Amino acid sequence: MRGALPHALPENGGFLRVRFGEEMGTNDRKKIRNDVILAVVLLLLAAAAMLFWQLQKTEGDFAVVLIDGVETARYALDTDTEVEIITDGGGTNTLVIRDGEAFVETANCPDLVCAGHRAISRVGETIVCLPHKLVIKIAASTDAGGVDMAA
Amino acid sequence: MQGKAKRLTFLGLAAAVALILSYVEMLLPPILTAVPGIKIGLPNIVIIFLLYRFGIKDAAAVSVVRLAAVTLLFGNPVMLIYSTAGAALSLALMALCKKCGLFSAVGVSIVGGVMHNLGQILVAMLLLETAEIGYYMIVLAVSGTVAGVFIGLCGIALLKAMKNVRF
Ligand SMILES: [Zn+2]
Repeated sequence: MRGALPHALPENGGFLRVRFGEEMGTNDRKKIRNDVILAVVLLLLAAAAMLFWQLQKTEGDFAVVLIDGVETARYALDTDTEVEIITDGGGTNTLVIRDGEAFVETANCPDLVCAGHRAISRVGETIVCLPHKLVIKIAASTDAGGVDMAA
Repeated sequence: MQGKAKRLTFLGLAAAVALILSYVEMLLPPILTAVPGIKIGLPNIVIIFLLYRFGIKDAAAVSVVRLAAVTLLFGNPVMLIYSTAGAALSLALMALCKKCGLFSAVGVSIVGGVMHNLGQILVAMLLLETAEIGYYMIVLAVSGTVAGVFIGLCGIALLKAMKNVRF
C-alpha cells in the first residue's frame, strides 16, 4: 500500500483518473466537487460548534463522578483531594483535584485515555473512561445533580 | 464453483488484512490523548475496497469477522459494543452515499470516518447516560473528515492496484 501511493501520483494531476474511476466516481468532476463541499461543510459545522462551546463555558464548582450513568460522588473543586474510584470488575481510577482542576492521575483500564486527558475545570467538561463506564464531569453549584439529558 | 471458492478465499484474506490493520492501528501512538476515539481507521481501507468491488454484504461480513477476531484477540467486550456501533453506522451510511451517486470514493470515505465516530459517541451517550460527552463529536467530526480523506485516497490506490485481479 505504501508503495502504491507514490506510484499512483501522476505527472498531471490524474491520480484520480484511473480504470474503475467510473465506479469510484473519481472521473467525475461534479462528484469530486461534492466531496470538497462535504468536507468543508463538516469542518465549518465543527468550527461553529467549537466557537459556541468556547463562548458559553464557565468555571465549575464540582467534579461529579458518574458510574454507569449514576452519580456516586461529587467533590468541590476548591478543595485539593485525591480519591480512588472503584468501578465494577475491579476497575480503579485515581481522581485528583488540585488548583481548582480535576484530572485522572492513574487508572488500570486498558486504554488509559482517561489518565491522558488534560485537567478539566469548566462546566460540562468531562473525562470519560469507557472501559470502566466512568464519567467525571464538571458541574456548577446551581446544578441539581444527577443526569440532565437536556443539557 | 471455482469462482466462488476463489471469492471466499479472497474475502478470508481481506478479513485477515483488516485484522492486521486493526492491530497496526493499536500500535500507533494516540494522536490526541485529550479526546478518546481519534483513529485513522486503517481497516476501513479494506472495507471501502470490498464495498466497491464486492458490495455491501461481503463488506459487512468481513467487518463482522474482523470485530469478532479483534475482541477475541485483544478482548474487551465493552469496547466491542462501541466498535460495532461505529462500524455498522459507518458501513450503512457509506453504502447509502455510494448508491446515491453524489460523491466519489473519497466523499464516501469521509462519511464513513465521521459516521464511525458518531456511532461510538451515540453509544457512549446511551451507555453512560451522559449527554455532555456529545461535545467530543466536535473534534471527532474534524478528525473523521481528515482521516476519511486519507483512507479514501488509500482505498482508491488499493482499488487501482487490484484492478486487474479478477474474482
Ligand atoms: Zn480509563
